[in-house]
Amino acid sequence: MSAPLLQVDQLSKRFGGFIALDTVDLSVAEGERVGLIGPNGSGKSTLVNCITGTLHNEAGSVTFAGEKLDGLIAHERTRRGLARSFQLPRPFMSMTIAENIRVPLLYTVAARAGHHVSHGELEDRCHELLGLVALEAKGSQYPRDLTQVEMRKLELARAMAADPKLLIADESMAGLSHSEVEDIVALLIKMNEAGVTIIMIEHIMRAVMSFSQRLVVLVSGKKIADGKPDDVIKDQEVVGAYLGT
Amino acid sequence: MRTPVFILVQAVVGLAVYLLFDNFGNDYWFFAGYTVLQYIVLATAWNILGGYCGYVNFGSAGFFALGAYTSVFFYNMGQSLDELFSESTAALLGHIFPIPVPILILFGGVVAGLVGLGTGYLTLRLRGVFFAIATLALAVVLETLVVNWQFVGGSRGAYVIPPNSVPVFGPYIQYLFALMIVLVIVALTCARLIERSRLGYGFATIRDDELAAEACGVPTLRLKLIATVLSGALMGMAGAPFPFYIGYVEPGSAFNLSYAVNSIAMPMIGGTSNWIGPLVGAILLGTLQQLATVTISSVLNLLIVGLLLIGFVIVAPNGIVGLVQDWTAKKPKRTKP
Repeated sequence: MSAPLLQVDQLSKRFGGFIALDTVDLSVAEGERVGLIGPNGSGKSTLVNCITGTLHNEAGSVTFAGEKLDGLIAHERTRRGLARSFQLPRPFMSMTIAENIRVPLLYTVAARAGHHVSHGELEDRCHELLGLVALEAKGSQYPRDLTQVEMRKLELARAMAADPKLLIADESMAGLSHSEVEDIVALLIKMNEAGVTIIMIEHIMRAVMSFSQRLVVLVSGKKIADGKPDDVIKDQEVVGAYLGT
Repeated sequence: MRTPVFILVQAVVGLAVYLLFDNFGNDYWFFAGYTVLQYIVLATAWNILGGYCGYVNFGSAGFFALGAYTSVFFYNMGQSLDELFSESTAALLGHIFPIPVPILILFGGVVAGLVGLGTGYLTLRLRGVFFAIATLALAVVLETLVVNWQFVGGSRGAYVIPPNSVPVFGPYIQYLFALMIVLVIVALTCARLIERSRLGYGFATIRDDELAAEACGVPTLRLKLIATVLSGALMGMAGAPFPFYIGYVEPGSAFNLSYAVNSIAMPMIGGTSNWIGPLVGAILLGTLQQLATVTISSVLNLLIVGLLLIGFVIVAPNGIVGLVQDWTAKKPKRTKP
């Protein structure tokens, strides 16, 4: 069996006296689609922040593609192929949609290639990504002109522009309508089919169940379940955590 | 417009202004023009960190004074070679001293750039008002050091006597004015190159959202250090000829609050989004202050800045350039009949 793409071992994070993550283990294989769920405050976003380097974990380690990431800051992890989208979209407001996509192309893809990528190649990739999220026509507009679902798509396209091996989509569907959720799920599946491993953090169970090949459940900073989605949602501890019993 | 053409255009405009002032036959024009040019460099330098990266620097006066005092240091050293060195070393150094002003400008830039690097390393993890306070504190610390450093004059100040005239240029002020034109060309070219480069993209991401920038692979700390060094170095370069312009430097004049206030207000009034904003703001405010100085009183200078700043923050928060851009965007496009 090949080594996992992402290996999280005994990860712990505290905020003062509050234990946000308590010795969490997580393993994700290359090409996998993993759903990460848990009630509000269960530590999902903290786990993402620790994996991507936005927060520093006090204990435990993160190994990505065989390399220990501990001590690396966020942009160095992105350059190694670990991208994320944010729970609340964080576009660069002073830049156009196309320029938003160009940032990771310039700072990750070109930097990874030692800046031996031509301007034309980067522009082609930018158009390709805008096409992927159906925003070609709005490339010269600004994020303030986008709808909520388009903003989410821009967030995903910008993460994809870093040409990641692993994409962590943090609540990419929050606040979207039924059809918009389906739109985003289809987009994430398309990205996965293009070879990107995806961890999806979500509260919308319909989306989680249709997307995930494996489901991981966090409650109060601890992992309480990890397995096939159909099995996990029947797990008594998971049901108890969600229903408060 | 390509960069060599841009430099050429600036050189032509600079030469035209120089010849125009020369034609007036009164050195006052060069004295007043020098101040405006000095503010263009300061405002452009401030905008590299404050406008492009969104880090408000209240310590401009500190960087400016570093350049000025670097010149005073080397000037005083040149004046006391016999006291500081052995006879043979002094004789050898006598061939180098007095150091020409263009070289002192480079020295001033290096010293201020290095201090910028150190300051950046210590303070760039701070954001918003905390960073602004840290830069203000830097200026206060530097002023205290200078006040207690007798070699550069301490609190009583130091005289720097420039020669009356320079070959080719004639009066010394004309020479300083020409040097300041070159500095303006350097500063504006530098700012414009940044804007159109990968570095400019990186700076804009820092201003918009630092967390998202890191997630996009932007090395934010490294870019902020580059911005601090560039900004600090340009401010130091603007300050280096100052002792030769004014003839007598004391901490109160070199660390004057007006440098900090003007270098912030000029880009804010002109517009911080590109290199034109600080240029427009510096010309407008610099000229108004010169007019007030000769017609009413220089005491009113900061009042003018304050009133204009309040007005622009309310009416045009994106400055004059932003106002023009909005107006152009709203203007209906002509269609062919």
